[in-house]
Amino acid sequence: MSDLIPMLVAKYNYWLYIVLMMIGLYAMIAKNNLIKKLVGMNIFQTSIILFYVSIGCKKGAGIPIIQHGLNTGHHAVDLSQYVNPLPHVLMLTAIVVSVSTFGVALALAIKIYQKYKTLEEDEILARLRPR
Amino acid sequence: MNEHYPALLIISPLLMAFLVSGMAWIRKGICYPLAVVGSGLCAWFSVRLLADVLKNGTVQYRLGGWEAPWGIGYHVDSLNGMVLVVVSVLAFINLVATRRGVAAEFPEKEGAFYTLYLLFIVGLVGMVVTGDLFNLYVLLEVASLTSYALIALGKARAPLASLNYLFMGTIGGCFYLLGVGYLYIMTGSLNMADVASLLPDIYQSSAVWVAFIFCLVGVGVKMAFFPLHVWLPNAYTWAPSAVSSLIAPLMTKVMVYVMIRLMLSVFSLDFTFAVLKLANPMVWLSTLAIVMGASLALAQKNLKRMFCYIVISEIGYMVGGAWLGNAAGLTGAILHILNDALMTITLFLAAGNIYYRINGLELHQLQGLFHRMPLTMACFVTAGLSVIGVPPTCGFFSKWYLITGALQAGQYGFVAALLFSSLVNVILFFRVIEISYYGGMQHAHGHGSPPEPRTEAPATMLTPLLIVSVGLVTIGMYTGTIVTTLIDPVIPAALLR
Amino acid sequence: MKAAGLIIVLLTGGLLLYATQDFPPWGAPDSPASTHVSPRYLQKAMEETAVPNVVTAILADYRGFDTMFETTVIFCAGIGCFLLLRIFRQKPEDRYYRHIATEITLHIKGGKIPEKSREFERIDTLWTPYDLIIKTMCRILVPFIQLFALYVIAHGHHSPGGGFQGGVILGASIILLAISHNMRTAIARISERIDNLLMAVGVFIYAGIGAVCVILGARFLDYGNLSVVLFVDKIMARSHGIFGVEIGVGITVMAVMISIYNNLASAGKQDEGL
Repeated sequence: MSDLIPMLVAKYNYWLYIVLMMIGLYAMIAKNNLIKKLVGMNIFQTSIILFYVSIGCKKGAGIPIIQHGLNTGHHAVDLSQYVNPLPHVLMLTAIVVSVSTFGVALALAIKIYQKYKTLEEDEILARLRPR
Repeated sequence: MNEHYPALLIISPLLMAFLVSGMAWIRKGICYPLAVVGSGLCAWFSVRLLADVLKNGTVQYRLGGWEAPWGIGYHVDSLNGMVLVVVSVLAFINLVATRRGVAAEFPEKEGAFYTLYLLFIVGLVGMVVTGDLFNLYVLLEVASLTSYALIALGKARAPLASLNYLFMGTIGGCFYLLGVGYLYIMTGSLNMADVASLLPDIYQSSAVWVAFIFCLVGVGVKMAFFPLHVWLPNAYTWAPSAVSSLIAPLMTKVMVYVMIRLMLSVFSLDFTFAVLKLANPMVWLSTLAIVMGASLALAQKNLKRMFCYIVISEIGYMVGGAWLGNAAGLTGAILHILNDALMTITLFLAAGNIYYRINGLELHQLQGLFHRMPLTMACFVTAGLSVIGVPPTCGFFSKWYLITGALQAGQYGFVAALLFSSLVNVILFFRVIEISYYGGMQHAHGHGSPPEPRTEAPATMLTPLLIVSVGLVTIGMYTGTIVTTLIDPVIPAALLR
Repeated sequence: MKAAGLIIVLLTGGLLLYATQDFPPWGAPDSPASTHVSPRYLQKAMEETAVPNVVTAILADYRGFDTMFETTVIFCAGIGCFLLLRIFRQKPEDRYYRHIATEITLHIKGGKIPEKSREFERIDTLWTPYDLIIKTMCRILVPFIQLFALYVIAHGHHSPGGGFQGGVILGASIILLAISHNMRTAIARISERIDNLLMAVGVFIYAGIGAVCVILGARFLDYGNLSVVLFVDKIMARSHGIFGVEIGVGITVMAVMISIYNNLASAGKQDEGL
């Protein structure tokens, strides 16, 4: 227990993002309205993106754009000045995937609404039951 | 040319997909031929790649010219190669077989349909061939997104089923991504071979086994492993016939391959079986999956829904076989990837043919079908015998390996489940055979009317079905060759024989 | 369902939090993630690709294969929305027209007035006020937004930006037109046919550049050999290859954003939207 506090202080970013993820996951599972589930999905995916980006952080570092431009000679690159660029690249992909999934999910929600005239899951299930 | 096969087999369907999508707005008639060319080229290159792997050993391909782990690398051994050939050839056969169904159901949007079809193939093939963990996630999302859109094209409840599939599939993909993130934090690399070399030092770390669990759960959602299977029956039943015969045989099997790849190549065998004590719970879950899948299949009145529960049960076979921890079990699981894909495509193509003719798939509508569609029903019976496990069809051989492995490992519950499921499959298939064989005679008996005319499915739908059902028996007879050349090289030597 | 959800969430969260005890602290410069693979990217990006923005260099060169599939994912979303929602032949519905001279609104059931009529303009079914200020200001802003978007795409080598970001801004400029005027104005600017063709063209450029590399004898997406076609040295060829794929990505993302907006806002009919 005594080393829980130093650990929390050192890694509070991971804890924060995991809490966010769980909020999003809870919304996806427990909410009734389809659009609220979609919002939960978005929160879940966004918090994973934040989680990854925070992996690459370095204390006191700046964005990974090499300061010396094209024609100023080759200096050795000071690694501690630049944030790790790989998680940023991975998360560009994850953002696009999340947007695409959201777009297709909205199209499906429109089709469901056109058929059942409601977006509440319990009402839709009630409509389906006495077949 | 030889060395570029891994890239060519992705480029050809990909470029064709974009061409098809563009041509849909310029000249519609050319969409289907282009799609056939794309899918056919993919199948051709994967066969050549497998031949290359068998001759020269593992093939590595560095995309972009950068060596791993700085670039993305492909890693093809005989396990990948076999799954590649299965996926691309079956997708090609399905494309040819479902031409008429697609032309009848979506006349104006054929171009978009074939685009998504080809991109689904690209997603699956890419997942099989890649050697990079994050690339696998991106391709998983390509395959998933196209399948959500394709499944939602069906009638009635299809959009709702697809949205539920979307929610569960996204959770699965995100769990896998979390697992990869934890691995990245602990090792700093995304390449499978690189991670495998860095992991042994940190096996005892809790982050590593949590990463494994999350990757496993994520993959488990996508392959409909009990209790995460709830999306599958609705999604595959309400999808259009052309789509369910594409997705049902292939998607879940590729995810089983991903699980085996993670178990063997990323987290090596020591970790999976020695450090983590998950083998017994996984085998028990598989037993539950088999029993539950079989029992629920008995309660179904719709033919396609019955097939969906059979698929869930078969996934239980494969996962249980892989987690048994000995060579026979793993051989059975890998062999079953091939066999189950063949069996499932035969069943769903037969269902597609039946739906094309009688526009319904409830069991009571199948009366007298044997006389009206004898060839389709003959193929259906062959697939049924394979699911039951009757020699010389292929289903028997993979069951044999699984039972041998389970007996060696002392998992008698798993053996009992396998035998129980065979019995239940006997009941299921003979019930359908009885309805479809005798129904017609009862009809004629009552009214004295002439026998029903033969309205067999058209040749383009029938020939691929005949090819895959002949394949069931042929692959069964060549099991020995397949096991020795393709599967044995992949099984780690450390496993008990 | 809520109780089950709570249990699942607590279990999952607990597992994830338990695993963080072995993580390196936040911001530590000696963590495996910062010392294993990434140093080479930071050190060698300038001399191997002549692109100072290391994120763009990794995105489009070192891990360019992933980016091609990312573009494919967004392309799938566009095609998926089209496939699911688009309705081509519609039954004639009620239409509303405004007589421009007298501002009288006509409600015509089941028929229509020709599109190019000078006396009557069509208005949306949901009553929209006629707002001159919004329409004019948005119309003036659109070219500046597009210029900025082109800057973001082209300057992706030296500042944060690139194909995705610029493509979204380009798409947003047309969507702004659709929101401030009405959807028919935006569709008149970029018709559905051109839009769908652009979707395919963009990704085709990306995969095509990779295929050209294979034809020239290198690996897929290995831009070095493009120096033969572009008449520059290998490093600049990489830089130009990165630029070429960013253009492809920008075109596709713009077209997909417009297409998804059109299909979603009009629920497939593409006649009137928000």
